[in-house]
Amino acid sequence: MTNNNELVSTPESNSEAGIESSTEHSAENNAALQLEKKMALKKEYKELAIQGLWKNNPGLVQLLGLCPLLAVTATVTNALGLGLATLLVLVCSNATVSAIRHWVPKEIRIPIFVLIIAAFVTCVQLLMNAYTFGIYQSLGIFLPLIVTNCAIIGRAEAYASKNPIKQASFDGLMMGIGFALVLIVLGAIREILGQGTLFDGANLLLGDWASVLRIEVYQLDSQFLLAILPPGAFIAMGFIIALKNAIDANIKQRQPKITEQAIERVRVNFES
Amino acid sequence: MAFWIASSPHNHNQAETSSLMRLVIYALFPGIFAQWYFFGWGNLIHISLAVATALFCEFLVLSLRTKHGNQGTAKQAINKQLFDGSAILTAVLIGISLPAIAPWWITVIGAAFAIVVVKQLYGGLGHNPFNPAMAAYVMLLISFPVQMTSWQPPLALLSVDLSLSNTLNTIFTGFTSEGYSVEQLRASVDGYTMATPLDTLKTDASLGLTVYESMEKQVFGEHFSLGWEWLNAAFLLGGLFLIVKKAIAWQTPVSFLASLLICTFIAYSISPDSSASTMFHWLSGGCMLGAFFILTDPVTGATSVKGRLIMGALAGFFVYIIRDFGGYPDGVAFSVLLCNMAAPLIDQYTRPRTYGHKASTPKSSSKQEEAK
Repeated sequence: MTNNNELVSTPESNSEAGIESSTEHSAENNAALQLEKKMALKKEYKELAIQGLWKNNPGLVQLLGLCPLLAVTATVTNALGLGLATLLVLVCSNATVSAIRHWVPKEIRIPIFVLIIAAFVTCVQLLMNAYTFGIYQSLGIFLPLIVTNCAIIGRAEAYASKNPIKQASFDGLMMGIGFALVLIVLGAIREILGQGTLFDGANLLLGDWASVLRIEVYQLDSQFLLAILPPGAFIAMGFIIALKNAIDANIKQRQPKITEQAIERVRVNFES
Repeated sequence: MAFWIASSPHNHNQAETSSLMRLVIYALFPGIFAQWYFFGWGNLIHISLAVATALFCEFLVLSLRTKHGNQGTAKQAINKQLFDGSAILTAVLIGISLPAIAPWWITVIGAAFAIVVVKQLYGGLGHNPFNPAMAAYVMLLISFPVQMTSWQPPLALLSVDLSLSNTLNTIFTGFTSEGYSVEQLRASVDGYTMATPLDTLKTDASLGLTVYESMEKQVFGEHFSLGWEWLNAAFLLGGLFLIVKKAIAWQTPVSFLASLLICTFIAYSISPDSSASTMFHWLSGGCMLGAFFILTDPVTGATSVKGRLIMGALAGFFVYIIRDFGGYPDGVAFSVLLCNMAAPLIDQYTRPRTYGHKASTPKSSSKQEEAK
């Protein structure tokens, strides 16, 4: 597979330059500019959402953070637990990195990012240890290993360190949700194939009421161990990526037809 | 008039894939017959199940792949690839290597995995890095250890008469028509569950028995391993037929068996109490099947003469290591996969010298690459 690790190019913040020059203009002009800026911001948020959830998904396209992705997604519950933990760390670290971006010397930015991420991971780990002990135990070493998840440091380096707090946190949220969704889909596939259940052990994460969530999809005499073991994760991941690429190809195939129709529009002139 | 210029080899034998595959399948017949004679109808049922599943899966994938284009030609292309024999051969090998009374879904899952994932997802015949039959076997062994190790002892040791209908019943429902379960079928007269000779040897070694004491048990028969020895001899016969017909190269099986001979001979001379003889290693498990029919796969094996020798020796070494020190009783499938992985690297370092060129040093070979 070709490496699609092109990170999102930072949206140019030339709107700031636009504001400074606009002071000379009339109030009307100013309002129009502000509207334009709002529109641009909206567009950027939309772009961030699309990038994080689909086009540049950390799990499917960037293929970052594969270690936890493949190791702990044997059940939906584990996947959800790790996905939420990663999401939280990603949002917090992106916000913090963005907040201190003006005071971080360029030469030592990576160690500083790692320290920030490690601090949040420690918080999350302690929280999970306190409130969801069962899932804390089943995630094991992969919870502290979120520190080394390249998806997180990648976002800090590529986006958060160059953009304002709001956008950076939103980017973290979208990337985190994208990652968590891949984890959950993979977890669901593996759990259905391996054990024939869904949300098995959800009470470990969500409290005792969640044991009613457990769905027995079908009864198995013997577990399909391949789906539960890491090789099954690799194979299932390959299928998910193939599906994503197939959908993309399908969308791309449909695209030109629409533009062709636009060109072929007939212009009618009424002489009278 | 134009001269037709092509690189060597200039002498083609005009053999088609299907005829080669057919020859290999014919060569498997003595082995299948021996299996039928000693272990009953089970493997024949598994072979037919596997062939049906494999053809169905192959058809499914091929029709997905040739969706676009002319209807008539697409149909022809699918037909040609479907019946080129490679899928059938894979299915037959899976059917042979499964335990005779394994449940039916084992075969179906295995054949589908071999064709769809191991063969077609990589691009079909000629592009698969791993031997489909062995990859499927390993997948099944890892996923369903209980069903895949429920080997049935030879018919002579069974207390239940395992007729065709009985075997069918066992495979599809898990019980014979008299209501015996698979576990009961495997039990000997005194109630112990009988395993394959290799498995028995491994278990006994962990219990502290010597090889001689272990060999006293009835699953070993009079010579090396009851039933299995004749099975392996039959596969050896089929393999020799293939070598005579020049369907496979002699280097791989010979170096595989020689390597196994050397390893087991050393082990046997050092501690005869804890290691079995060479003949036992040669004539038990999937040794001969692996040597002549699996390792010699032209797609996944090494291609140069030296490379084949190295690959065979490596496989023999792995088989010995896994059998004597590993967690599984037989290691043929695993060692085949490991050697498949190593094959491209072996080929890289054993490139034969091109006629007219000096013996290749790394520098000159890279220059040749550039010249191309």
